[in-house]
Amino acid sequence: MKKVKLYEIAHSRAGDKGETTNISLFPYADDHYDLLCRQVTARAVKSHFGELVRGEVVRYEVPSLRGLNFVLCGTRIGGVSSALELDPHGKALSFGLLEMEVEIPEEESKNS
Amino acid sequence: MKKKLRIGCGAGYAGDRIDPAVTLAEKGNIQYLCFECLAERTIAIAQMEKQADSGRGYGQFLEERMAAVLPYCARDGLVMISNLGAANPPAALLKTLEIAYSLGIGGIRIGAVTGDDVLETLLSLNAAVVETGGTVRDLGDRLISANAYLGAEALLPALEAGCRVIIAGRVADPSLFLAPMIYEHRWDRDDWTRLGSGTALGHLLECAAQVTGGYFADPGLKDVDRLEDVGFPIAEVAEDGSGIITKAPGTGGAVTLRTCREQLLYEIHDPASYLTPDVTADFSSTTMTDMGGDRIRVTGATGRPRPDNLKVSLGVRQGYLGEGEISYAGRGALNRARLAGEIVLKRLERHGFPKENIRVEYVGYNALLGSLAEKSFPEPGDVRLRVACRAERKRDAERVGEEVENLYLNGPAGPGGARKAIRPLIGILTAFIDRGLVKTGLAIGDV
Repeated sequence: MKKVKLYEIAHSRAGDKGETTNISLFPYADDHYDLLCRQVTARAVKSHFGELVRGEVVRYEVPSLRGLNFVLCGTRIGGVSSALELDPHGKALSFGLLEMEVEIPEEESKNS
Repeated sequence: MKKKLRIGCGAGYAGDRIDPAVTLAEKGNIQYLCFECLAERTIAIAQMEKQADSGRGYGQFLEERMAAVLPYCARDGLVMISNLGAANPPAALLKTLEIAYSLGIGGIRIGAVTGDDVLETLLSLNAAVVETGGTVRDLGDRLISANAYLGAEALLPALEAGCRVIIAGRVADPSLFLAPMIYEHRWDRDDWTRLGSGTALGHLLECAAQVTGGYFADPGLKDVDRLEDVGFPIAEVAEDGSGIITKAPGTGGAVTLRTCREQLLYEIHDPASYLTPDVTADFSSTTMTDMGGDRIRVTGATGRPRPDNLKVSLGVRQGYLGEGEISYAGRGALNRARLAGEIVLKRLERHGFPKENIRVEYVGYNALLGSLAEKSFPEPGDVRLRVACRAERKRDAERVGEEVENLYLNGPAGPGGARKAIRPLIGILTAFIDRGLVKTGLAIGDV
C-alpha cells in the first residue's frame, strides 16, 4: 500500500447552507469508491479538518453516482452573510478535504 | 409528436453573466429560460431599497437582463421565468413594461407573482426563530424582511394565464424550473416521483455554468475546453421526469458525468431527503449515463410528499464588517505579516473590540484552509495580512481598516498595497410558516 493525497484520486465540490458546509467526493476511477467508503469516514474527516469544523460531520453515500457527501456542521460563524472569513462561503474547503491522505494498492497508477 | 420540452438556465446568481443567456435564447432551441438571481441576503438589501423608494427593490441587473431577453420572448415565444422581482415584483413588472415599450416590443403578457413576503404574518404569529431559540418579535427593529420560499405552484397561474415573462420574488431555486415541467407535462401535484425527478433536473440547472464546467476546472486533472466561452445548461425533460442535461451548441465548457455528479450533490445534505416547497426529493438512487456530445441522461430520482411548512428566510441587521489588508514580500514575509497581525490585534483590543469579533488571517498562507494549509505547503513569497471585524457602529468598523493602513508607518518593514473597506452586515435567520397561511397572487401587464 502507498499513501496518496485524495487530490490525486478524487474530485470534490463544496456548497454552503448557513453555517453548514457540504463537501461531495467522487473517485476518478469508479473502483476506488469502496476504498473511499472504508477510509474517508465521517470521523476521519472531522479529525482532518480539526478547528475548522466546530460541530459534527455526517456522511451520506450515493453508490449509484459513486459519490460520498459530507455535511460539516459549524464551519463559518454567521454563514456566508456575516462570516469574518475571506471565503465566507467556504467554497475552498473542498480542496481542504482533498489534502487528506488515503492508502491505495502499490500497483495503482495515478489518476487512473 | 409533441415538441421536446427544453428548459434553459439563464443565470445562476444575481450577478451572473448575461451573454450566455442570450446565446441560449438564440441558439438553444428552448421554450423556457429560467433565471435564478436571488441570494439569501439579496432580498433583505432589496427590501431596504423598497423602503427608501417604493418603485425599487427589484433584482440587480433586471433592466439589462430584460433588455437582452424580451426580444426573444416577443419574437420566438420564449417564456422567461425569474425571481428578479426580489422584494418588489410589482415594481419589477412596471419597470419591465417600461423597458418593453422603450424597445418597441408588443404582444406579450408579463406577470408578477406575489405572496412570498410574510413579514406581517410572522410578526402577528410571533413565529419562532430556529437559530436564536427566540421569536421574530425579539429581533425588534433589526428584522428587515421575511420571505417564504414559494414552490412551483405559485408560478402555475402565470403560466396558465399565458405570461411570456414571469417575475417572482423568493421562490425555491429548483421550483423555477419545475413549474414549466408541471405545466407542459400536466403532472399531478401529488405525483411525488415525477416531482422529485423534475426537482433533480431543476437542481442541476439552477447554478447555470456550475453544471457545464464552471466551478470545476483544475488544470491537468479536470480540464475544461474553452471555459472562457462556457455555455449555460439546458435540460430536455421527458414526460416521466427523466431528462438529459446538455448545453447550447457551439459553446465552451463541458457536460460530463463528473460535472453533473458534483452539481447534483451541491448544497445538498441528505441526498435521500432534499426538502423543497414542492416535494421531498430523493436523489439517492439517481443514475447518470453519458450519451456523448455533452449530453448526460439523468434518471431514477424520486420523491415523497412535500413538507407541510414553508421555510422562511429572515433578513436581520447585524451591524458592520470592517476589513483591512496589507502585503509583505520576500524573505521573512510571513514573520513580518504575523508581527503586523499581532500589532493590529493588540491595538483593536485596546479600542475595546472583543477578540472573538476579530479575525486575523494571512492570504497566500492560511486564509482559506487554516492549519490544513499551514501543514502542507511551504511559506509563500508574498503574504497578505487580512483583518476583519464585526462592529455595531459604522465608525468602529472603519477603525479596522485604518489600523491596518497605519502599519505603513507604525508597523514592520516593507508593507505594500493597503486596502480598507466596510459594509453593512445582513444576517440570515430561519423560520417556518404553515403553507396554508401563504397566499400567492398574480399581477398582469400586457404590452
